[in-house]
Amino acid sequence: MEKSDLKVKVLGTWSSPFVMRARIALNMKSVNYEFLQERLWEGKSERLLKSNPVHKKVPVLIHGDKLICESLIIVEYIDEVWPSAPSILHSDPNERAIARFWAAYLDDKWFPSMRSIGFARGEDEKKAAIAEFEKGLVLLEKAFGNCRKGKPFFGGDQIGYLDIAFGCFLGWLRVTETTSGIKLLSEAKTPALINWAHRFCSDAAVKDVMPDTEKLAEFAKMIASKRRGEAPPKS
Amino acid sequence: MEGENKVILHGTWSSPYAKRVELALKLKGIPFLYVEEDLKNKSLLLLNYNPVHKKVPVLVHNGKPLAESLCIIEYIDETCNNSPQLLPKDPYERAQVRFWTIFIQQKLYETMLTVMKSAGEAQEKAIKELLEKLQVLEEGMKGFFPDGSPVISNQNMGILEIMICSLLGPYKLQEEVLGVKIIDPEKTPLLVSWLTAINELPLVKESAPPRDKTVALLKFVTENALKSSSA
Repeated sequence: MEKSDLKVKVLGTWSSPFVMRARIALNMKSVNYEFLQERLWEGKSERLLKSNPVHKKVPVLIHGDKLICESLIIVEYIDEVWPSAPSILHSDPNERAIARFWAAYLDDKWFPSMRSIGFARGEDEKKAAIAEFEKGLVLLEKAFGNCRKGKPFFGGDQIGYLDIAFGCFLGWLRVTETTSGIKLLSEAKTPALINWAHRFCSDAAVKDVMPDTEKLAEFAKMIASKRRGEAPPKS
Repeated sequence: MEGENKVILHGTWSSPYAKRVELALKLKGIPFLYVEEDLKNKSLLLLNYNPVHKKVPVLVHNGKPLAESLCIIEYIDETCNNSPQLLPKDPYERAQVRFWTIFIQQKLYETMLTVMKSAGEAQEKAIKELLEKLQVLEEGMKGFFPDGSPVISNQNMGILEIMICSLLGPYKLQEEVLGVKIIDPEKTPLLVSWLTAINELPLVKESAPPRDKTVALLKFVTENALKSSSA
C-alpha cells in the first residue's frame, strides 16, 4: 500500500494550538483524517499514554501503525510524506532555516511569554509580562516584513510552515487580549501582522480548525477554575 | 553547498551548541573560518547576525547569517550532499531522529545544567532526574541500535551522535570534577557504548577542547551561577 494511502488519525484537543498545526498541515494536503479528541482536563487517556509515552502530550499523528509526536516534527513529516503542492516548507534551504529559527523562537520564548501574562500576579507583574510579550510581537512584525517579500504570508502566496507555527496561537492571543483588556496586536506596532492574522484565519485550511474566541475563553475559565479546585461546570 | 562557498562559524570553545555545528561542518568536510567570540564582549558582527538572541553559534554562508544550532545543522545537511547524512532521508526515520534530538535538547540539557550548578539535596534530585531521563533515552536508542552495539564512523555519525556528544561526550571528566556519577553503565549500557564509540573517532577527539580548559570551565560553572550565553 502506498505510504500516503494509509489511515491517518490525529490525537488531540480542539483547543490546543499545537494540535491545530497538525490539522492545518493535513488540510493543506487534502488528507482525510480521523480526529480523536482527548479530554485532557479529565486526565490522560490510556490511548494517549500509549501513543506518546515519553511526553504524554498531544498532538500525536497516527499514520498507519506509525506514531509521530511533536507538532513541528509532525508538520514536516506531513510535508515529506505528501509532497504534492502546496509545499509547506520553502524550497530554499536558507528560507527553511529562517522559518525553523522563528518557529523555535515562538515555542521557546514567545508563547511562554504570552502564558506569563495569564499567570502574572498583580499589576506590575502583568505590565512587565505584557511589555516582554509586545517586544516579541515587534520582532515578529519585522520578521514578517523580511520573510514575506511583499506577499500575503510568511510562506509567500500561500500559508507555509511559519504561518502555521505562528498562526495557531491567534485564538489564545485573542483570549489573552480579552482577559487582559489590552490590544496586543495593534495598528500602531504590528499593522502588517493584523492583516496577516485576518488572512490566515480565513484560509481554507485554517478556518474550520481555528477555535472560536468566545468558546476558547469559556474553556480557559473552566480550566482556571479546575486549577483552583472549584467544582467543574458542565463542559 | 554550491557555488562560491564562504563559510564562517562564530562560536566559543566552551559552547556545546557551537561545538555541534563545528562537528557537523567537519564531518561533512566543509572548510570554514572559525571566529572565537568573547561572550563578555560580543562582536558587533555577532550582534548584527543574531539580534534576536545575541548568541553563538552563528553560521554565515556567503554572507547570509543563520542562528540556532539545530536549524544550522539541518541547513548544512540540506545544502551539502557529502556523507555522512546527518538526518535520514526517510520521513518517518527523520521524524524519529528529530524527536530524540529535541528530547536531548529540551530534557537533558536543562537537567544537566542543574546538576552542574546545584549542590546537596538539590543536586541529588537533579541527578535522579537526569538518570531517569537517560533511561528514557536508552529505551529510545534501542530502536536505532537493535543489536546493542553501536558502530560509529565518520560515514554514519549523524545529528543524534552530535547532540549526545556535545552534551555528554566528556561525561567521565564531568563525573570526575563534579564528584558524582551522572551515567549508570548498568542502567544505560547502550548509551555508554554509544558514547564510547563516538569518543573514539579522531575527528571528535581533536575537536574536544584541552582537558585542563574543560576542567576549569566545569569548576567555574559549579562554583558560579554561569549565565547560559549560548544558544
